Amino acid sequence: MPRNPQLNASGELQHLLSIEGLPRELLIKILDTAESFAGVTERDIKKVPLLRGKSVFNLFFEGSTRTRTTFEIAAKRLSADVINLNVAASSTAKGESLLDTVANLSAMQADIFVVRHGSSGAPYLVAQHVKPHEHVINAGDGRHAHPTQGLLDLYTIRHYKKDFSGLAVAIVGDVLHSRVARSLIHGLTTLGVPEVRVIGPQTLIPAGAQGLGVRVYHSMREGLKDADVVVMLRLQNERMSGALLPSAQEFNKHYGLTAEKLALARPDAIVMHPGPMNRGVEIDSSVADGPHSVILPQVTFGIAVRMAVMSMVAGGG
Amino acid sequence: MAALPDVEALCAQLARELEGRVGPASAMVGIHTGGAWVAERLHAALGLKEPLGLIDPAFYRDDYAKQGLAKDPKRSRIPFDVAGKDLLLVDDVLYTGRTVRAAMNELFDYGRPASIALVVLAERDGRQLPICARHAGVRLEVPAGMRLRLKRDDRGTLALELERAP
Repeated sequence: MPRNPQLNASGELQHLLSIEGLPRELLIKILDTAESFAGVTERDIKKVPLLRGKSVFNLFFEGSTRTRTTFEIAAKRLSADVINLNVAASSTAKGESLLDTVANLSAMQADIFVVRHGSSGAPYLVAQHVKPHEHVINAGDGRHAHPTQGLLDLYTIRHYKKDFSGLAVAIVGDVLHSRVARSLIHGLTTLGVPEVRVIGPQTLIPAGAQGLGVRVYHSMREGLKDADVVVMLRLQNERMSGALLPSAQEFNKHYGLTAEKLALARPDAIVMHPGPMNRGVEIDSSVADGPHSVILPQVTFGIAVRMAVMSMVAGGG
Repeated sequence: MAALPDVEALCAQLARELEGRVGPASAMVGIHTGGAWVAERLHAALGLKEPLGLIDPAFYRDDYAKQGLAKDPKRSRIPFDVAGKDLLLVDDVLYTGRTVRAAMNELFDYGRPASIALVVLAERDGRQLPICARHAGVRLEVPAGMRLRLKRDDRGTLALELERAP
């Protein structure tokens, strides 16, 4: 069996490309390490010297504000130098290939590439071609994976629920186009969550979803019942082609999270959303800003999680 | 080889030594993991006003580039304002001095203490940095290829042990 491209010969994290295929112990180690970094982000001086002298290149071939910014903050809190490249508007537009872009940045002495790309698998391609001391972190590739988002979701769930065993987690909405949902589902099943549900219209649930170890619901009433965690997904208009949905209003009526629908979940349920939110489409403002919402803490936890991932891939060598 | 000294007796002796030097601005910080165990005992014995702080200087270590992140870094928590305090920094074994160097760097990211005094349960040869303990419970000779570790059993009993260095 070929070695997992994310791990080195001793089983340590070399690149982070996908949660799929990472052993349970490693996921727990990432979450534990992030927990230690959360302490750093609460101090006056929110900086540690671990990555002093290292260069982190944020390579975003697709737009992003939250993910790119939190990667940048995380790298800066580790004392790395951060270079943000708006590649979509520069070299790529002039016809440079992905690997040529990476080779050029490598010649500028990069240590970590944070890559977001519209094509599934692009970060794998980069990881295959970088030098041994260079590391690749997938910041979202096509519909495939968004592992740091999945990890910060896992961190958030553990923070509020303490333990993964015994939980019912409902993931709602546009699962078909969601790399966030894929990464989270792999993480939840690896960590032993007994009940992972996906809720959405037939057209937005991928064929063979059951094969991922989830239960599929097409009704919010059934799917939200007694859920401990509700993860709302963004309705991804930009990835939608053809008639998958009658209208956003229609979607809201059936699958939008309202206070009334949320009442079906457990009284202490938490509501998560990877952002950016479409208020009034997949989530009502009363819920997004309500007492069950942990959407903004998710963003804060994302910094500690990305610090953990960067310090784990770049250490040793 | 002679038996290693009793840890509880060493802690009691250190607490007696420290009694004379703690004042209103004194506060204690233990270094994870062994130093934290010792600090818990000393802190309780001295009845300091400020709660005990615990740090894991994993993010400040100088061997990160060679060895990567420590296996299981703990979250540092200092529940008082470090600025202006006379800090008692507590560790289990003083050896190369590198952990203490890292811990001091971390402490200064919390604030500017008035002073730091190093308190260790045991010290041994092998310093690689200009660091020495103000209070050491015992000085021990450690044979080449061995290391001195503080262990805690299920009942919370502490014991010094010699084991083969990795």
